[in-house]
Amino acid sequence: MEILELYNYWVFAILLMIGFYAVTAKLNLVKKLIGLSLFQSAVFLLYISMGPVEGGTAPIFHADVTGRVFSNPLPSVLILTAIVVGISTLALGLAIIVRIKEAYDSVEENEIRELDRQ
Amino acid sequence: MSVEAYHLAVLQVVVPLLSAPFVVLLRPRGLAWAAASAASAMAFAIAVSLTAGVLSGDEYRYAVGGWAAPYGIEIRVDALTSLLLLVVTGASLVALLAGRRSLDVDIDDARQPLFYGAWMLALAGLAGIVVSADAFNIFVFMEVSSLASYILIAAGPNRRALPATFKYLVMGTIGATFYLIGVGLIYMMTGTLNLADMAQRVHEVADQRPVLAAAGFIIVGLALKAAVFPLHAWLPNAYTYAPHAVTVFLAACATKVQIYVLLRFDFLVFQGNLPGHEFQFSHFLMPLALLAILLASGVAMMERNLKRLLAYSSVAQIGYIMLGVSLLSATGLSAGIIHIFNHALAKGALFLAVACLGMHIQGLRLGDLAGAAKRMPWTMAAFVIAGLSLIGIPGTAGFVSKWLLISAALAEGSLGIAVVAVVLIGSLMAVVYVWRVVEAAYFQSPQAGSPEGRHEAPPMLLVVTWAAVLGNVYFGLAPGLPIKLSQAAAASLLQHLP
Repeated sequence: MEILELYNYWVFAILLMIGFYAVTAKLNLVKKLIGLSLFQSAVFLLYISMGPVEGGTAPIFHADVTGRVFSNPLPSVLILTAIVVGISTLALGLAIIVRIKEAYDSVEENEIRELDRQ
Repeated sequence: MSVEAYHLAVLQVVVPLLSAPFVVLLRPRGLAWAAASAASAMAFAIAVSLTAGVLSGDEYRYAVGGWAAPYGIEIRVDALTSLLLLVVTGASLVALLAGRRSLDVDIDDARQPLFYGAWMLALAGLAGIVVSADAFNIFVFMEVSSLASYILIAAGPNRRALPATFKYLVMGTIGATFYLIGVGLIYMMTGTLNLADMAQRVHEVADQRPVLAAAGFIIVGLALKAAVFPLHAWLPNAYTYAPHAVTVFLAACATKVQIYVLLRFDFLVFQGNLPGHEFQFSHFLMPLALLAILLASGVAMMERNLKRLLAYSSVAQIGYIMLGVSLLSATGLSAGIIHIFNHALAKGALFLAVACLGMHIQGLRLGDLAGAAKRMPWTMAAFVIAGLSLIGIPGTAGFVSKWLLISAALAEGSLGIAVVAVVLIGSLMAVVYVWRVVEAAYFQSPQAGSPEGRHEAPPMLLVVTWAAVLGNVYFGLAPGLPIKLSQAAAASLLQHLP
């Protein structure tokens, strides 16, 4: 049952691939961006999964707490930064889609390519 | 080292980063540009003094916030770093000084402070990637610079800039996320994010699969950001439809900074630690580099849009850089690294000449250039000299890197002969695509109805263009500085290899 114990990482890999599929295969720009967001969220899961230590407790230091094992807080802190980056990317991507819609009156990649060819 | 000099390394990032919110507030016309140029000039001055320090034997190590490595974020400046800092800050300064009038045309007054603010963020991000010695910090700066450069590109006057930016955003984010996955996997195995610390610890877990997967993720992710063939699909349109001054800035340094991270990560952490990694690295990248040179030059020979022609030529030139690096010898590496500098000079000068042409010529298809040499003789003369440097004619900067590359390849025996052949064919193809522009501008008679007489670009733009062109000639005749820096950089990258 070793495979099931690592289920976090399986979910990470599956989410990553679903997101990657949406980015590459979908023609609608908003759907592409949803895929990209999923792709990034999968990585959040990867980082969060590596933090906990077996039998570890929350990493809050206190004079009374001695001889305990602590979980590693650093991956969660790192991924907080990456979440902010993800939100900014999503926001900027959506802003560009709004401007594409204004300029081309479409958010479908194939229609935009068709309009550019003219 | 004095206290002031100790802080220079971090000021390289802090100056543009803090000037970004300040620049956004400067509403009066032209003031935002002046502040951004001043901050760029200061960043360039810092880069020059850091380089002078490195040449006199200093190595700058700065613990951000007083937290010592490996727990805190470390900032390091050595020979390779200082060469890249010169390219990044120099490109920003030159593009801003030259680009004012050109940007006035492309961006309306009300949005200029925001635009220059994004420019400062892009500069801070690129400089941050270069100086940082912390794997996760590099990711953060990578995203700062990328998000800012998407904004800069989307400011292009043609609506095609928007889909081009979207494509760059999607591919750039995938590349950065791949890098992030790789860093996460290495962190799982080694428990550190400091590159030097990682290099020592990765040795113990070198046979573990996550480390191998991490190496793959990091190299592919950075190759995507660096537009290494065949992952270059985002580059041509992004460069073509960006405002001209932005193209000067990004074409000169954005992809090179990613190559720098690739070199630093791979040579410091993976090579010498992962068994057989240097062969995988070299056998993976060399065919791609050779294909990049041949195919991208071929596309440039067929291309009818001037900016896209030069953009495809950039893909080919990235091929030369990767080719030198993938030879894995001291000469090969220094050839690749010096080409980072020399190509930035040549391509920067060419795109500056394009910015000059763009002031008076509507549309930059080769057909539109007919008779341009009569209308803008100084601009076209600058284009020709910069084009010679791109081809690699003796006496220009481009020759120095091609010469080093060929001598590095000849040391490799029979494989080297094939490499030399590709380099020579690539150079001949460069002759063809530069000639097509020259032919259109010098030998085709202007279309009926186009304005007569001379219409040169604004003086400031022309002066900076010529300064860049003369830089190509100067560093072709007296290449001491870049050669010294690139040789020191190659030696320090190779010191971990047997």
